Amino acid sequence: MPQLFPPNSNSFVTWAVWAGGIFAVLMIVALPFYARVSNNGVGVPVAQPIDYPHNLHVVQVGLDCRYCHTTVETSNTASVPPTETCMGCHSQLRVGTPQVQAVVDSWNSGTPIAWNRVNELADYVYFNHSAHVNNGVGCSTCHGRMDEMAQVWKNEPLTMGWCLECHRNPATALRPVSEVFNMAYQPLADPKAQLALGATLVEAYHIDTDKLIQCSTCHR
Amino acid sequence: MSDAQIDFTDIRAKLAKHEGPDYWRSIDQLAETEEFKLFLQREFPRQAAPLEGSFERRDFLKLLGASMALAGLSACARPPLAHEKIVPYVKQPEQITPGRPLYFATAVTYAGYAEGVLAESHQGRPTKLEGNPDHPASLGATGAITQAQVLTLYDPDRAQEVLQKGQPSTWDDFTSALSGTLAGLPGGDGFALLTENVTSPTLASQISDFLGQHPRARWFQYDPVHPDNVVAGARLAFGQDVTAVYDFRAADVVVALDSDFLDAGPGSLAHSRAFADARRLRRATDTMNRLYAFETAPTHSASLADHRVALKPSDVSALAAALAAAIGASAPTAQRPAAVSQALFDALVADLEASRGRSLVVVGPDQPPVVHAIGHALNAALGNVGATVSYVRPAAARPAIHREELAELVGLMNDGSVKALVVLGANPVYTAPASLDFAGALAKVPFSAKLGLYHDETADAVTWSVPESHFLEAWGDARAFDGTATIRQPLILPFYAGKSEIELLGALLGNPSTAGYDVVRNYWRANVTGSFDDFWRESVYRGAVAGSSSPAVSVSAAPVAEALPAASNFELKLVLDDSLLDGRFANNGWLQELPKAFSNLTWDNAAVIAPTTAESLGVKTGDVVKLTSGGKDLSAPVWVQPGHAVGAISLALGYGRARAGKVGTGVGVNAYKLLDHTAAGAQAVTVAKTNDSHALVSTQTHHSLEGTGEARHIVRSGTLSEFRAAPDHPHFVHPVAHHEADLYPDFEYKGYRWGMVIDQTVCTGCNACVVACQSENNIPIVGKAEVARGREMHWIRVDNYYSGSLDDPQFFHQPMPCQQCEKAPCEPVCPVGATVHDSEGLNVMVYNRCVGTRYCSNNCPYKVRRFNWLQYAELATDATALSLANNPDVTVRSRGVMEKCTYCTQRIATARIDASVEDRKIRDGEVVTACQAACPTQAIVFGDLNDPTSQVTAVKASPLNYWMLEELQTFPRTTYLAKVKNPNPALASAEGSH
Repeated sequence: MPQLFPPNSNSFVTWAVWAGGIFAVLMIVALPFYARVSNNGVGVPVAQPIDYPHNLHVVQVGLDCRYCHTTVETSNTASVPPTETCMGCHSQLRVGTPQVQAVVDSWNSGTPIAWNRVNELADYVYFNHSAHVNNGVGCSTCHGRMDEMAQVWKNEPLTMGWCLECHRNPATALRPVSEVFNMAYQPLADPKAQLALGATLVEAYHIDTDKLIQCSTCHR
Repeated sequence: MSDAQIDFTDIRAKLAKHEGPDYWRSIDQLAETEEFKLFLQREFPRQAAPLEGSFERRDFLKLLGASMALAGLSACARPPLAHEKIVPYVKQPEQITPGRPLYFATAVTYAGYAEGVLAESHQGRPTKLEGNPDHPASLGATGAITQAQVLTLYDPDRAQEVLQKGQPSTWDDFTSALSGTLAGLPGGDGFALLTENVTSPTLASQISDFLGQHPRARWFQYDPVHPDNVVAGARLAFGQDVTAVYDFRAADVVVALDSDFLDAGPGSLAHSRAFADARRLRRATDTMNRLYAFETAPTHSASLADHRVALKPSDVSALAAALAAAIGASAPTAQRPAAVSQALFDALVADLEASRGRSLVVVGPDQPPVVHAIGHALNAALGNVGATVSYVRPAAARPAIHREELAELVGLMNDGSVKALVVLGANPVYTAPASLDFAGALAKVPFSAKLGLYHDETADAVTWSVPESHFLEAWGDARAFDGTATIRQPLILPFYAGKSEIELLGALLGNPSTAGYDVVRNYWRANVTGSFDDFWRESVYRGAVAGSSSPAVSVSAAPVAEALPAASNFELKLVLDDSLLDGRFANNGWLQELPKAFSNLTWDNAAVIAPTTAESLGVKTGDVVKLTSGGKDLSAPVWVQPGHAVGAISLALGYGRARAGKVGTGVGVNAYKLLDHTAAGAQAVTVAKTNDSHALVSTQTHHSLEGTGEARHIVRSGTLSEFRAAPDHPHFVHPVAHHEADLYPDFEYKGYRWGMVIDQTVCTGCNACVVACQSENNIPIVGKAEVARGREMHWIRVDNYYSGSLDDPQFFHQPMPCQQCEKAPCEPVCPVGATVHDSEGLNVMVYNRCVGTRYCSNNCPYKVRRFNWLQYAELATDATALSLANNPDVTVRSRGVMEKCTYCTQRIATARIDASVEDRKIRDGEVVTACQAACPTQAIVFGDLNDPTSQVTAVKASPLNYWMLEELQTFPRTTYLAKVKNPNPALASAEGSH
C-alpha cells in the first residue's frame, strides 16, 4: 500500500503543537486582560432610538426622577415611561423636531418605542428598586450622575462582586431617604463619618444586614 | 412490575402476623419482588443515565468534537453585543405597575358549575390561578385541575382557525353559512343545539331567545361530567328538580355511599373545607366528626374514613336500602351485604340514631337514581333536613338527564330529522356512550358545526369547526353549586380569534359581530335593580354576585318504590378520571403526569381490580385483560389496587383520545367504548385474560423513605381515644436519642425562622398542592419514559401508604416537599456551595452555582431533590406559547441543574421587600406558599416559627407534631401532624388501629 502522506507532512504535527501552545499562552494572557479593560461596558454611552438627553430634562426642565420612573418606589422595576408621559409635554413643546416627531409617531401609530437596555442583569438576579430607594440607596449610587449624561451609560459593572461590596457593608453607601433622588448628593468625604452615618441609618431603616448577603435575597 | 406472579397468600399471612412493615407503599414492597429490592438497593436509579440505543466510538468522537467546538464558541461570546430591549406601553393602563402582578376574579367551570378563582396577571399575561376566598365554591382553595388550566390557555395545540371540512375558512364564511342554513329551516325545524350543562344565566337567556325565534328548534345537553343520577334521584324522591346543599360543618356522623364528596363534583372544595374544620385535631380536648365510607374503589374522601368497607356498586345500593330499613326510612327491601359485618352495621345505625339532626348521608353520582332517593329519605328520617342538608333550586338553567337527552338527539339524527346541528363545547364523538353511535348519526346531518378549544374528534367529523376562546379570554357568567353567580371576566384577548359560546349564540340570533361583553352586561342590566354600574363593578371585582344563591325549596319525599339495580358477577364502574375528567384535559401535560392518588399511576388509565380478583383471574398489574360489556369489548391493562372491592372493576374515562393533541393523543384506553347509556350505574362485564401486557408507569415505588435498616416511623397514626388517653402514645411519639454534642455549631436565627406543618388528619391526597407548585415554580413535565426512570420533577409529591390487610387497608397520604432541614445533609456534600442555608433557615438552592454533581440528591434522606436530566424547559430559541405560562418571579432552570422546593422563596422575598418598604415586620399569614394556598382542607400551615403568636407555631405545639425521620437528626423545618382517626368506640375491639 502506498503511503498516503509524503514524509515532509510529519512537520505539520510539530507546527500544530507549537501553534496550539502559543495560542493557549495568548489566551491565558489575553482573556483576563480583556476582561479588565472591557470592564463590562461601563462608561460606554448606549445609543437609543430617540436621543433623550437626561441632562437637559433633569437640569434645565427640573424633572424629578420619579416623573418618568414612576414605579421606582413601589416595584422591582423603575419602569421606562409610556409614550403618553412624553406626550404630556411634547404634544405642545418642541413639536416638529425629529426627536419629538419620533415620539409623536409612536403616539399616533400606537407603536411603542423600543429602548436599548443599559443596565442589564442576568436573568437569575431579581433586583428590586423599591427595596433600595426606600432604604437609603440613592439613584446616583448605582446609576451615577444621570443629570450630567446626554447619552446614558452604565456607571458601575453590576457584577455580583460589585453588588456584594455594598451588601456586605451597606453603611458605606447609605444616605438619608430624603436625599435618595438628589443627584448631587455625595457620601461623606470622611470614611469614618460616612460609616457612622451609615450605621445609624442601618438601624433607623431596620436593615437586616444578615439577610443582605444571603443567596435567597437576590436569587430565586 | 416483576414478571413473577405475586403470591398474595404469602402477603396476607405476613400482614396478619404483623411481620412486614406497619405502613407499606405497594404490593411489590410486601411481596419483596426482585424489582422492588433492586429499586431499594440502587436507591437512586434515576441517577443512572442509560444510553439510548447503541453508541459507537465514532459517534462518541463526533459528539466530543462538537461539544469542544461549542464550548469554544460560547466562551468567546462577548456579553451583550445587542442590547436587550425595553418596550414600555404607549398608553399605560391605569392600574398596572410594571413588575407587580394584578389579580382578577373570574371562575372555572366543571359540568357548568363555577369554581371562583383569582387569576394572577403579569402585565396582561395570566400565569397562575388562586382560589377566590369570596366565592362559595372555592373559599380560597382550588383543585388540582383548576391549577392546570393556565397551561391549557397557552397550549399550542389549541384550535387556531375556522375549518370547513378540514380546510381553513373564516368566521364570516361560517356565520353566513349558518344563517343560510337557519333560513332554510322554517321555524328552526330540524335545527338542534347541543350544549354542555348550562348554568350561565346569559347563555340560558340567549338560548331561550333563540328558541323563541325558532320555536321548532331543539336544545339538548350532554356533558359526561354532569351528575345525571343526582338529578334523576331528586326527581324520583321529590317529583321536582332540587339540589341538596350539605353542611358538613354541622355533621358529626357522615355516611358516604360511593361518594367522593371531598374531591369530585360541584361543591367539593366547600365540602372539603367544612369537613376538615369539623375534623381538625390539635389538642386532646378537640372534637372530631366520624366518617363511614362504603365504596368500590378507594377515593380521597375514604382516605379520611374512620370505617371503610369496599363494596361492589350493587352492594352499596343494597346497603343503602338496608340502612334505610333499619333507620325507618322508605326503601325497597334488601339484604345487608355480607362484607359489612353485623357489628359494624349495628354500630352505624346506633351512631346515626344517636346523631339525629347532626348526621349526613351522601350518595355518589355513580349510584343509580333510586339510591339517591334512598339517601334523601335517610336524611329526612334522621331529621337532617334543615340541619345538615337543605334543598335549593338547581343552579342549572334546565336540569336534565344528559344521557337521555343525547339518546333522543341521536335518534332524531338517525331518522334524518336533524338537518343542522350546532355543538357548543362538548366532544360527543369521543364522549358519547358506545351504545349510541354518535359518529354514525352525525354523518347523516347535512350541516354540523362545533365550537371547541381543540380541533378534536367531533371537530373532525363536523362540517364546520370553530375555535373557542378559553375562559381566560372571554366574557361570560356561570353559577356555583349553590346558585351563586359569577361574572367571568377575561384577562387577555383571544390568542387565536376564538369565539365564546355567547358570541356563537349571538350569531345564531342573527348578530355575528356580537361582543360577549355587551351580551353579558345587557343581561345583567336587565336583571338588577338599583345602580347598574355599582352592581357591575362590585360583582366583577368580587367574583360573585351578592345574594344570588338559589332560594330554598320546601320538599316532601315520596316513598321510594323503584327497584334496586341488579347485581352481577362482575360489575364495571366507569368513572371520571381524577385528572382528565371526561378527557377534556387530555392534552394538558401537567395533568397527564400527575400521579393519581393511591396508585400513583401516570400517563395511563387502567382496569383497577382487587388483589383477590387478580388472584382468581391469574393476572398481575400490567397484564392486559379484555373487558366485554353490552356486546362491546375493550382491552385494558390491569392495576391491582389494595382496598378495591371484589367483583368489580373501575376504569377511568378520559383516556384513549384519538385526536387530543401532541400530548394526549393515544394515551391510555378509551373506556367510552364500553359505556352504555341505558345503565344508570355500574354495568355487567365479563373479563378475559389475554397474553399481552402494557408498561404502566407509577411513581409509587420512587423516592422511598424506607431505607434498608430498621423500621422507620414515617407514618404515624392512631385513634382519637388513644390520643385522649395518652398523647404520647407510641402511635404518635417515637422518642429518639439525640446526640449531646454536634459537629456543627447551632446557628441563632434572629429574624424570621420559616417553618411548615402538614396535618395528615385532613389531607385527602387531592394533589392540588402538586399542580399548584408546578404552576408557581415553572416545573417542567418529563414524559412517560422519563417518569419510568424516576425522573419526574414535582417539587412536592404525595406519598401514599397503606396499613392493615391487603384487602381492607387504611390509606395515608403524605405530601412531601423539601423538609428544609436545619442540619441539611445535602449542604456539606456540595462541592461548589450551590445549596446552602440562609439566615432565615431556608435550605436554598443556587441554580447558577450548581454544576450537577448530584451529591446533594444522593445524600437527601427525603428524596426531594430533582435533577434536570434533559432540557425539559423550553429554550428561548424554540419556545412555544407554553413558555408564556411561566412565573416571571422564578428562574427557569436548565439542563444539568439540581432543583427543589424553596418554600416559595419568591413569595417570601416579595413579602420581605414590601415589609421593608413599609418599615414593618412581615405579618403572620402574609406569606402563603403555593401548596398552602391551594389546599382545600387547609392541611398545610406555613409561617414564622420565631413569632410566638403565629399560626404555625400554635399548630406545631400540638403533641401530634413530629419530625420526619427524626432519628437522622436533620431537624426539618417541615413537620407533620400524626393522623388521627375517630373510629366508633363500640367497634374499638373489632377494628384495631395501627
